[in-house]
Amino acid sequence: MDLQAILSGIDVRADWVGLRYVKENTGFRLVRDGKPEANTRESKQGVMVEVLVNGQFAYYGTSRLDKRGVQAAAEKAVTLATAASKYSLHSFGTDARPVAKGSYSSPFQTAADAFSPGELSNLLVKATEELKVSDKVVTTNAMARTVETESHFVASNGSDVDQKYLMVSADYSAIAHDGSVTQKRTDGGLLAKSYQAGMEVFNEADVLARCRNIGNEAVELLTAEECPTGTMDLVLAPDQMMLQIHESVGHALEIDRILGDERNYAGWSFVRLDDFGKLQYGSSLMNITFDPYVENQFASYAYDDGGLKAEKEFLIKDGLLIRGLGGKESQIRSGLDGVANFRASSWNRAPIDRMANLNLEPGTSTEAEIIASVEKGVFMTSNRSWSIDDYRNKFQFGCEYGKLIENGKLTKTVKNPNYRAISNPFWRSLKMLGNRDTFEIYGTPFCGKGEPNQVIRVGHASPLCLFGDVEIFGGA
Amino acid sequence: MEKLFKQINQTIMAELQTGEHLGLNFGGEESTFTRINAAKVRQIGNVDEADLGFNLILNSRRTTGSISLSGDLDEDLIRARGELERLRVEVVQLPEDPYLVIPDSNATSHSDKHGKLPEADAIPEILLPAMGDVDLTGIWASGRVYQGSANSAGGYHWFASDSFSLDYSLITPSEKMVKATYAGSEWDQAAYEAFLADSLTKLELMSLPPKKIEPGDYRTFIASAGVSDILSMFSWGGVSEAAIRQSESCLGKMRNENVKLSALFNFSEDFSTGFTPRFNGNGEVAPEITCLIDNGELTNTLVSTRTAKEYGVESNFASEGEGLRAPSMAAGSLKESDVLEALGTGVYLSNLHYLNWSDMIGGRITGMTRYACFWVEDGKIVAPIENMRFDDSVYSFLGENLELVTEKQHVNPDVGTYDGRELSAIVCPGILLKSFSLTL
Repeated sequence: MDLQAILSGIDVRADWVGLRYVKENTGFRLVRDGKPEANTRESKQGVMVEVLVNGQFAYYGTSRLDKRGVQAAAEKAVTLATAASKYSLHSFGTDARPVAKGSYSSPFQTAADAFSPGELSNLLVKATEELKVSDKVVTTNAMARTVETESHFVASNGSDVDQKYLMVSADYSAIAHDGSVTQKRTDGGLLAKSYQAGMEVFNEADVLARCRNIGNEAVELLTAEECPTGTMDLVLAPDQMMLQIHESVGHALEIDRILGDERNYAGWSFVRLDDFGKLQYGSSLMNITFDPYVENQFASYAYDDGGLKAEKEFLIKDGLLIRGLGGKESQIRSGLDGVANFRASSWNRAPIDRMANLNLEPGTSTEAEIIASVEKGVFMTSNRSWSIDDYRNKFQFGCEYGKLIENGKLTKTVKNPNYRAISNPFWRSLKMLGNRDTFEIYGTPFCGKGEPNQVIRVGHASPLCLFGDVEIFGGA
Repeated sequence: MEKLFKQINQTIMAELQTGEHLGLNFGGEESTFTRINAAKVRQIGNVDEADLGFNLILNSRRTTGSISLSGDLDEDLIRARGELERLRVEVVQLPEDPYLVIPDSNATSHSDKHGKLPEADAIPEILLPAMGDVDLTGIWASGRVYQGSANSAGGYHWFASDSFSLDYSLITPSEKMVKATYAGSEWDQAAYEAFLADSLTKLELMSLPPKKIEPGDYRTFIASAGVSDILSMFSWGGVSEAAIRQSESCLGKMRNENVKLSALFNFSEDFSTGFTPRFNGNGEVAPEITCLIDNGELTNTLVSTRTAKEYGVESNFASEGEGLRAPSMAAGSLKESDVLEALGTGVYLSNLHYLNWSDMIGGRITGMTRYACFWVEDGKIVAPIENMRFDDSVYSFLGENLELVTEKQHVNPDVGTYDGRELSAIVCPGILLKSFSLTL
């Protein structure tokens, strides 16, 4: 559709008008125990019309894509903005929507249509066969998710941004059962292997090798000891650090959350506006970046949905909190520096502050050095349980698979490993940070936030990490 | 909207080829959202959208898809025909599905509920002045929601409903909060203002100095809103027959090891409230009431026709995901006016937050206390507590530690909007526990 032509035809009295067209095709295939469970494609398209009137933004999302439909939506949005402007939380100017011109395309080697539905289904069937390493494996699942998105944003200030994404997620899981013991192993946590990439992610030899390992570890957990209870060292693999960064750093640093927008839903934050530049968030090893340009990371892009150009920024430098996760609206409201993270889940939602690629930068320690430094501790990998309070303080996370660390060596496998702590003290207990060899990239399609609710993709990358004196415990 | 759905349905079904079976599912909404922070408008807007889902079966193979509808019949027929063609190309490439369900129900139903909703541009004026200078944060959602289902066997269902909800938190200067939801289908300004005034009264209790309690096991009362959070967990690795069969359910112990919950715990799927339609994506109509847990014993699970076919059991026409659509927990004998006295000394929890299985197979849930939660001594509220993490098993707190259930069920509307505005509600009472484990 010619969005510029539709924009130029809109006739309303507004200080700014923006149109964001999004078309997204989400394919999902799931095979369980060698049989097809789901082969589906969801195709969504529509236009989000936004206007600014009397300092108040209002929106109208419509799936009518012709000039008349968009004009009608713009008129209704103007009516809403006018009515609401008497009660605005903040009176915005046009500087809340910077002029943006540019484009972005996801990097990939093999296009989405290079694999036929039949070929991909057959690979997933093989994957479930490979996962079933013994009769004790009672359920196997293999899933593939592909998302192709076109986003075109134009506005009355001349903005014109065209962004195209190809995103691929996959997961393979085995449930093993023996007697009264049941254990599940996945490929690094549910859909943690989510990337901006192409179908090269489905390299058969690599997929089947991973599946054999997943099946073997599920069976191994059946006879593993329960994770010990006590306060000790904790080594977290990058696939669990993804969740750790997301919950105890990312959400806490969202400026709209700090400003209270989210208090009725996900909550507030222990971080306050005057903490920026002052709060020692973690140990001096901790460097957190907002980095929209990591190759193949899941939430890379060039511009956010308000038109702000995305740049790499340090949020936490040497453990000190210096910058928040806030787009232009939050930057104006708070007076703080932020990043280009004003994002909407689709055409039918207005943008809010979201994480994108939020990463813990690597340190200098090798994996061997980290393990050797631990006298008594537990190594945990692959998230399976997550919960944190509404201020992002008290968290409890569980993993699929653990290993005891005794006198500097990985020893027995342990099942049901969990830990709980409070965000700031936990990050201040970061004792060693893995080097780039231990650094791994993950992502998830499922970060929920906002009212009305929005689920959006985020990316997180981290090295291996060692935390000291953490409360660790096992299962029921 | 129904006219559009009917016209597309009639046209597409008439174009099916030999051997093809098709189910169509319609979902749509015309919604107004107003996001409020500090009793001011943070964001406001409308969303009109409609989607059409396809379930195509041919030669023991199945594929599904969905498209956005524009509302213009000619355009939408082009999109629908395009999607059907795409599905035809795909379905022949897929492996055979031994458990597929051919839509064969020719049942029909029709429900079209009209309410009295405020105009979108009037919403700020009717909501905000009554809030005065209280710090209120929340979300208004209103409008019409549509669901439809049709299949090539002649089945046809339509459900449309007007509704509104204002889900909000009231916040004191010391950051203590009270949660409430005012919802319905007939807007009544006076009733809204009275409801809001009642919430403000509750907020006054939160001005008492907070008490920090240590981790440990406490006598605990969980009010209906908190119980609804716990019950919603049974949609995820809970009452699904497939989940139990595939070793992914917290209720596996009840099936396989004959473990029972308290005889005071009675739980069912009950559509008699009429909040949600009884038909599923296949056009099958669930029983009005399905008892799931009776006097603490697992008597039924939610069984989709697909699961029934795979495991040779009887379907009760659950949705394909076998999640709860109309959960209801039976009331008990404890008068609400006697709750504090019955609790004696312990913790009163109004709401819970961010629940997750910490050990699904063991039935253990972790989460947080949130909003109006109090320390109670000798039947009197002493102070709000600082939020605590809990970690306890349903086999404990809905088992031997379930002491009493209140005699009144409350309706807890689902105000979720991830996949469009939800229509359902969880109907449940409060529970008094001999012990509940607070851990951090």
